[in-house]
Amino acid sequence: MNAMNHTTTAYNFGFLDEYAKKEVRRAILKAIAIPGYQVPYASREMPMGRGFGTGGLQLTLSLIGPDEVVKIIDQGSDDSVNAVNLRQFIEMTCPGISTTTRTTECTLIQSRHRIPERPLTATQIIILQVPYPDPLVVVEPSEDKRKTMHGEADYSRLLVKLYEDIVKFDEITISHRYPTRINGHYVIDPSPIPRWDVPKLHDSAALILFGAGREKKIYAVPPHTKAEPLAFSDVPFRVEDFRDAAGQRRACARCGSKDSFLDEFVSDSGSKTYQCSDSDWCDGQLLRAAQAQGEPA
Amino acid sequence: MSYVAIKGGGCAIAGAAAVTEYLRTEQGLAGGAGGPLQIEAILHQLRHLVDRVVSEGGVYHPQFAALAIKQSLGDTLEAAFALRAWRSTRPRLTATPPLDTSRMRLIRRISSAFKEIPGGQMLGPTQDYALRLLRLELMDESPEAFRAMARTWLESCPEARLPDTFPKVLDALRMEGLLPPITATLGETPFDITREPLIFPVARSAALATMSRAETGSLLAIAYSNMRGYGDVHPTVAELRVGYLPVLLPHPVTGELTEAGEVLMTECEVVAMFEPAVAGGKPVFTIGYGACFGHNEVKAISMAILDRALQKGMQDGPANPSEDPEFVLLHVDGVDSMGFASHYKMPHYVTFQSDLDRLRTTQQKSGDLA
Repeated sequence: MNAMNHTTTAYNFGFLDEYAKKEVRRAILKAIAIPGYQVPYASREMPMGRGFGTGGLQLTLSLIGPDEVVKIIDQGSDDSVNAVNLRQFIEMTCPGISTTTRTTECTLIQSRHRIPERPLTATQIIILQVPYPDPLVVVEPSEDKRKTMHGEADYSRLLVKLYEDIVKFDEITISHRYPTRINGHYVIDPSPIPRWDVPKLHDSAALILFGAGREKKIYAVPPHTKAEPLAFSDVPFRVEDFRDAAGQRRACARCGSKDSFLDEFVSDSGSKTYQCSDSDWCDGQLLRAAQAQGEPA
Repeated sequence: MSYVAIKGGGCAIAGAAAVTEYLRTEQGLAGGAGGPLQIEAILHQLRHLVDRVVSEGGVYHPQFAALAIKQSLGDTLEAAFALRAWRSTRPRLTATPPLDTSRMRLIRRISSAFKEIPGGQMLGPTQDYALRLLRLELMDESPEAFRAMARTWLESCPEARLPDTFPKVLDALRMEGLLPPITATLGETPFDITREPLIFPVARSAALATMSRAETGSLLAIAYSNMRGYGDVHPTVAELRVGYLPVLLPHPVTGELTEAGEVLMTECEVVAMFEPAVAGGKPVFTIGYGACFGHNEVKAISMAILDRALQKGMQDGPANPSEDPEFVLLHVDGVDSMGFASHYKMPHYVTFQSDLDRLRTTQQKSGDLA
């Protein structure tokens, strides 16, 4: 009982016991060996809510070493409440590691809903938090049946769904979680990243891992692997359109960037402004602009 | 306009924690009788709450369950969650052999199948026949009244020598050939849901373990759907027993099975409608089994009904939700379901931005066509 009186000292490095970490790492290796395949694993309960990134967190805690430099983002922001919460937990349970907000400095990124704008490198791993690991769930509720469909690469019902969208709306209406075929076989749910981030999965230099804690699955897009969003030859895949009514690409109101995913803000007066969703990218652009003008950073 | 999302998250979290802690402790300012809730008081006076949390938390640790109840301000979902998260950090060191529940030190045992059962019916502590009238005298109880009540009960309690074991009602039915024979081979390793993911179809042991730590209300709701008509288990409670089950572990030196402690458990065995004979045999009743940590009869009964429903579904194909193993087993875990319901409160700016893009594009296109 006495050992438990101090919340921080009672737990192993990385919170999970070593057996649990080893099991997660085995599942990761299998996921890398079979790109896009959802590897089941015995997901542990974490001290934050299922749906708050417990799957991603288990991957992070299983991979983290004492020299790690970790970046945690939620919705592109390092300071979003959930990102702060996860970062504090990791700092508390992994004494000695460093955390950063800079994409260039980190070795491990845990993210919810975004892949950073700056291309990642071969020495980095990005872990995405996943609420729904299976893209087939929209057409088939039974996991047992979906498993067979994946094995046979039978995605016909998913393609029919896309086709029906076009018939009904003249557009594919899937906004995020865009089904993406990996290495020519398994179609994955790339987590609720916007379509903007889907092309970043293709031929990525960094290892991309996906952790679904509640649904107990791990999958991966290994470095330099083919990732193709489902589309038709006459209806290509399209990312979010940030052009204004005049057809001009909107710029970030803060840093002026015209090639980043933008968040829309509505002011009290009803006017709209747009700013970078990736806060580190936005800061980086400002810094570069300041340096170009010879001002002190 | 300021840059909204970039600063302040950390302060907001700390503030939320502080105001919650204030709500827990504000009574301290009022003085008077309201002091901190003692763990012992929770263990004894809110025992069914503790029972529920040890069961849904999936680890038998009543003290920590009481602590979890205290820190979660009595939210059972949150308390079970905290206990489960603590359990996550504990390695599994060993497994007990199957424990014989006829060895339970009983506090209660009933059968609705027979008026008399070998060993006798024993009502024990139950509120089943209590009138649900508010006992207004409990609004203000004194420690003296507490002690007097306990002393009076002990003094009037007859000296009774209870046997160490009570026979199982099912054993008698089985001897008569009314139940299917036990087929499971001893030594078969039960599925450990804490170490292996559920991959369907799952073993019955995996289904039982999942239901045993399921959220009581979720299990009850699905079992109730079967009772009402979305199913046809029509159970009879052959036996419901509540008591302390000795936990046996191999002695580290001699290897001999040794009692390491005991856990309070509720166990329910239901007998359901009979099945046509398999080749060469006679028709027999079917059975359903439920068991969970703590004293929680509604949960054990619900589980027994669902065990039967799932066995039927696995044999004949599910005819309704309560017979579908995926439907039942993937939707009864409180930690999973409450976590996901809560997660909708988190920011979804990016995905909603993406939704807006799709809707605006679609609206524009339909505008073009009009």
